[in-house]
Amino acid sequence: MLYREAGDFKTSYASDNQTFPIRFDRYAYWVVMAVAFLVLPMVMNDYWANSIVVPFMIYVIAALGLNILIGYTGLLSLGTAAFMAVGAYATFKLTTAFPAMPIYLVFLLSGLVTSAVGVLFGLPSLKIKGFYLAVATLAAQFFLIWLFTRYGWFFNYSSTGQISMPERSMFGVTITGATASSTAVYFTCLIFTVAMAWLARNLTRGQMGRTWMAIRDMDIAAEIIGVNPLIAKLSSFAVSSFFVGVAGALMFGVYLGAVEAGEAFGINKSFLVLFMVIIGGLGSILGSFLGAAFLVVLPVLLKILLVDNLGWPADLARHLEIMIIGALIIVVLIAEPHGMAALWRTIKDKLRLWPFPH
Amino acid sequence: MLDQPAEGYVTADGRQIGPVVLELKNITLRFGGVEAIKNISFDIREGEIRAIIGPNGAGKSSMMNVISGFYVPQEGEILYKGYKRRKMPPYQVARTGIARTFQNIALFEGMSVLDNIMTGRINLMKSGFLKQALWWGPASREEDEHRAKVEKVIDFLEIQHIRKTPVARLPYGLKKRVELARALAAEPQILLLDEPMAGMNVEEKEDMSRFILDVNDEFGTTIVLIEHDMGVVMDLSDRVVVMDYGKKIGDGTPDEVRGNQDVIDAYLGVAHE
Repeated sequence: MLYREAGDFKTSYASDNQTFPIRFDRYAYWVVMAVAFLVLPMVMNDYWANSIVVPFMIYVIAALGLNILIGYTGLLSLGTAAFMAVGAYATFKLTTAFPAMPIYLVFLLSGLVTSAVGVLFGLPSLKIKGFYLAVATLAAQFFLIWLFTRYGWFFNYSSTGQISMPERSMFGVTITGATASSTAVYFTCLIFTVAMAWLARNLTRGQMGRTWMAIRDMDIAAEIIGVNPLIAKLSSFAVSSFFVGVAGALMFGVYLGAVEAGEAFGINKSFLVLFMVIIGGLGSILGSFLGAAFLVVLPVLLKILLVDNLGWPADLARHLEIMIIGALIIVVLIAEPHGMAALWRTIKDKLRLWPFPH
Repeated sequence: MLDQPAEGYVTADGRQIGPVVLELKNITLRFGGVEAIKNISFDIREGEIRAIIGPNGAGKSSMMNVISGFYVPQEGEILYKGYKRRKMPPYQVARTGIARTFQNIALFEGMSVLDNIMTGRINLMKSGFLKQALWWGPASREEDEHRAKVEKVIDFLEIQHIRKTPVARLPYGLKKRVELARALAAEPQILLLDEPMAGMNVEEKEDMSRFILDVNDEFGTTIVLIEHDMGVVMDLSDRVVVMDYGKKIGDGTPDEVRGNQDVIDAYLGVAHE
């Protein structure tokens, strides 16, 4: 089976519009799904689940959200971690106020709460753009974290200032809290990741995605052909924040379990997600996956290679990691502004012609 | 000068020209102390090809921007379909059935040709946010229906071979054509073309002229056109407005305008005593 469209005739616009136009890609997609749902849970141990797979999936959701804002709509945000914190604290408040509420619903509602907050902090985007907007979102980052650490209501006046996730289960399976099995955590993250990626794909391929991209590419022309910039920009903030909020809710609810806003959702995390989007590929769903995978796996790989095998001190490995990421960002921005997803596209274009490139 | 009946007439080549659809009354537009448009009035009839010509800096593009709502004139009023148009942002003007192209191509460079043209249908697509997010029945059906309409425009303008190409990779002439396609996809009643043939070679100009005539003929679209190539303007248009230094110096059929002494002076210069 060769990698090409030839012979795979599309007879309707629906089939021409599908996500994976090449048959090989469609099969590959189902194989990946089968591995994720059936094979991985059987072969994976707790270490791999907790240090790589679960954070990878949570970061994918956050990166998808940020990619909708930056990659698709062209609005720069440095407040991602603060919006994740909103999702986390919303989860905490909702689930302690309504203990009977299904936990998946809590995660979704937390996303909606974050959406509302995101729209509020997205308002400046109607007047300013680019660098100045980034600074405005930076204000969100510092203000929200300050709010969450300062006002006792948000952490139920606990003496430590931390929020910790109580035990919640659905259909008799414990999903959050200390006793949750890593399989339950894995499947929760997997279900959310697949669903959110599907939503992101649908939104970006339809008219909504096109209005976002129109605003990104040339906002004045977009307005003249009938795009309402107010709705386009704020809807982008709303959707983006929804994704980021759900990621924050999962990060707190099923992954970390206990969180202190300033520590878990500091500016560093905002930049981490931003780097995922840049390295992975702006304006690409696949790019969000690639970027998240790269930045989650890289530290683990470096640790295994340098600390465990070569016996380097751990802080040296950590510094090396920062340097590598920094260098990569510069290289990517100069050489391939559309990131790893664009590299993958180039490979696909070559594959289509292989082995006769002329 | 103009003595056509108000309810419309039939041109020599058999096209039906209707009553006045858009009327500009005493429009004055200032940028600070500069008067870009000085007290200009003219009308546009349904189904006609109306050209605006004039030397560089005459205020033609400003006029276009006034019609498309991008600039709001300080004085004067715009009557559209008999009603005074209230002050509204450009995206609402687009919804009233006015589409345009730009002098410097304003396509969405990061999107494919197909997506660019589909974006032109923004005002015609109705399915809401949730339906789109779930790609649920009506949303995907609507997408396909509009795709079919867009394919007709693509056929019409003969750009089938590039429909999936990113716009950034296209040559200039094709970009101009894609921009026309995007405007046409909106199914406008009035189509504003700001120098559709600027920078084109003779062959491309002929193609573009043919498309403009076909659009007007087949869809009955009213066309307002800014163009510098006098041959093209005189051939295509039913009536011509001539501007110079923000003032209207001529208005009428191509023949009337060609014989107008003010117009000749503006283009060829006047001997000063």
